[in-house]
Amino acid sequence: MKKDLNIKIHEITRVEGHGNIVIDVKKGRIKELRLEIIESPRFFEAMLRGRRFDEAQHIMSRICGICAVSHTSASLKAVESAMGMKISRQSELLRKLAFNGEVLQSHILHLFFLVLPDLVGAGSIVPLLSSHPPMAKTGLELKRLANDICSVVGGRHIHPISLFPGGVVFTPKPSELKRLKGLLEESVSGLEYTLGFLNSIPVPEFSKEREFISLKARGEYALYGGEPVSSLGYAIDPGEYTEKIKEYIVAHSSAKHAMTDKGTFMVGALARINNNFRQLRPRARAAAKAAGLTRLSFNPFMNNVAQLIECFHITEDSIGLIDSLLELGPKPEPLAKPKAWGRGIGIVEAPRGTLYHEYRINKDGVIEEANCIIPTAQNLRSIEADLRAYVPTILDRHKSEISRSVETLVRAYDPCISCSTHIMDVDFVE
Amino acid sequence: MNGEKPKVAFFSFTCCEGCQLAVLSCEKELPDILSLVNIVNFREAMTGKSDDYDIAFVEGSISRKEEIKKLKKIRKKAKVVVALGACSSTGGLNCLKNRFPMEEVKKIVYGKGASRYPILDTIPVMPIDSIVKVDYYIHGCPIPKKEFLSVLTSLLLGKSPEIPNHPVCVDCKLAGNICVFEKGMRCLGPITRAGCDAVCVTYGTYCWGCRGPVDNPNTQAHAETLKRYGLTVDGVMKMLDLYGRCRKARTQKGNR
Repeated sequence: MKKDLNIKIHEITRVEGHGNIVIDVKKGRIKELRLEIIESPRFFEAMLRGRRFDEAQHIMSRICGICAVSHTSASLKAVESAMGMKISRQSELLRKLAFNGEVLQSHILHLFFLVLPDLVGAGSIVPLLSSHPPMAKTGLELKRLANDICSVVGGRHIHPISLFPGGVVFTPKPSELKRLKGLLEESVSGLEYTLGFLNSIPVPEFSKEREFISLKARGEYALYGGEPVSSLGYAIDPGEYTEKIKEYIVAHSSAKHAMTDKGTFMVGALARINNNFRQLRPRARAAAKAAGLTRLSFNPFMNNVAQLIECFHITEDSIGLIDSLLELGPKPEPLAKPKAWGRGIGIVEAPRGTLYHEYRINKDGVIEEANCIIPTAQNLRSIEADLRAYVPTILDRHKSEISRSVETLVRAYDPCISCSTHIMDVDFVE
Repeated sequence: MNGEKPKVAFFSFTCCEGCQLAVLSCEKELPDILSLVNIVNFREAMTGKSDDYDIAFVEGSISRKEEIKKLKKIRKKAKVVVALGACSSTGGLNCLKNRFPMEEVKKIVYGKGASRYPILDTIPVMPIDSIVKVDYYIHGCPIPKKEFLSVLTSLLLGKSPEIPNHPVCVDCKLAGNICVFEKGMRCLGPITRAGCDAVCVTYGTYCWGCRGPVDNPNTQAHAETLKRYGLTVDGVMKMLDLYGRCRKARTQKGNR
């Protein structure tokens, strides 16, 4: 179809904030396509310079209100690896539990507050409270549970307190852990209900080959730990991540873009399930079967489904973590002390994908240099590539429909809700 | 507000959007809130957007010229402007950036070629009251949910919200915590504005000063306490830098 089309969508998905989509089609061919990231850069790597090692997790948590536990965790791991601190098993279990709480919270926020309103044609979750009460209730309950997990371990979800270099400085009461376990067991029916609903809505057919990168761990589905691997079958040495994940600046974005020497890659829930399907907990594998996501999928729209499957995994996995903690009998422990200084790298699977923190710490425990690679930055190139491939396939639709589909595709990547929520002011210039 | 439901808007500048998220964490209260107010702007959670509002909650610091313009417009439209969280009320952690010249900051993060990209240009970070008049402040990084609910309730009842003006030490005693100085830690609690239930101490650390100092901080007593526990004022001053960098010697006036 030889169509002319000019779309400019203001203030979408903030990928750390505010962004626009610009699409210019001339005679059926894309002349221009940009995901502009206009958010004011905050310069965290500079903010960290000259600060003490035990302030890093506190500062870096503030990169993102939604993935605060992820940034805190990556930061702690970087500091602990630089300073030769080994945390106890109890600390690791607690950190993993808080991490699960965050991934659950982030996925639920994305699915219920952002995606579902789209699917039922509403502007937010608010109308769903009266039009789809069981759905809205499920969303709010699951979100409360996720907050609850983070609060029990970390004191609060947004900017957790107790996760500290060398361990965890607060010990939850067994009765609290048991209470959480009960809630986690009850949460499955809400997830089943949501899965049924999502499965009843057709996922747009679109498939584009690309590389998927995620962590992989021995013996468990990688979220808090593991080492980066590619769906193309190679591993990335954590010490050489900057050689493999190349960041570069583009003029229309205050967030850097990234590529590997193979080209465009994607990170996040879909990448994790594609790379580590077999390590999912049984309930999650069953959910994946029900949703038809059992083989390598190149459809970015499936990322929403992948997130829901991870919610099944997380609730089951968290019960396991709580059981291990109860068996251990949680008690206050001293923090591991710093033994060394130098360079350290911390990598985790944040809700939106692989997150890298790297610091150089001097012998006084002061941070001299820091580098971070954020998941959303790694996905920007993939989002643009997908839009470039997807838009020509939907040019026969009405322009408002095209805009909506474009937004839906960008949103499927969940580019940080604080980030991603809204694409507003859709202007067309004919 | 004439019997009609007041229109409430949320805006976000340079920040992590965690304070808006704290508002969204009012899962239990959300239906009640919605029965009392019309939320007309909340980019983090809704599509709609309107320029007609009574109360504006503003999150984030100002770090770009365009943000100044947008903020002034918000002030003009809103009857009441509330600063939501540390970034907005004191500049927050963002101010750590101000330790360096802006060009250098750009280079540290984006590399040598950064000066070629105007999209990376920023100005030194400011709290929003450097630009416009702020009616009320909700402090903290992030804001405590209950403080947001109490400020909103007061505004709806036509009362001036009460913002705590006693040090965190009071909250800490009420929470039944052991003083962290006894454990050999440093702490900003003696001079920091309470209202957080001393949650950071309860969960095993110390006060980081995120809510900014009380109106008349007793720095002398704080210094003496530090000395008694073998800590230096210097170390604590550096700590104060985390959230205190942007704050000029401002005091909280009246109902602030």
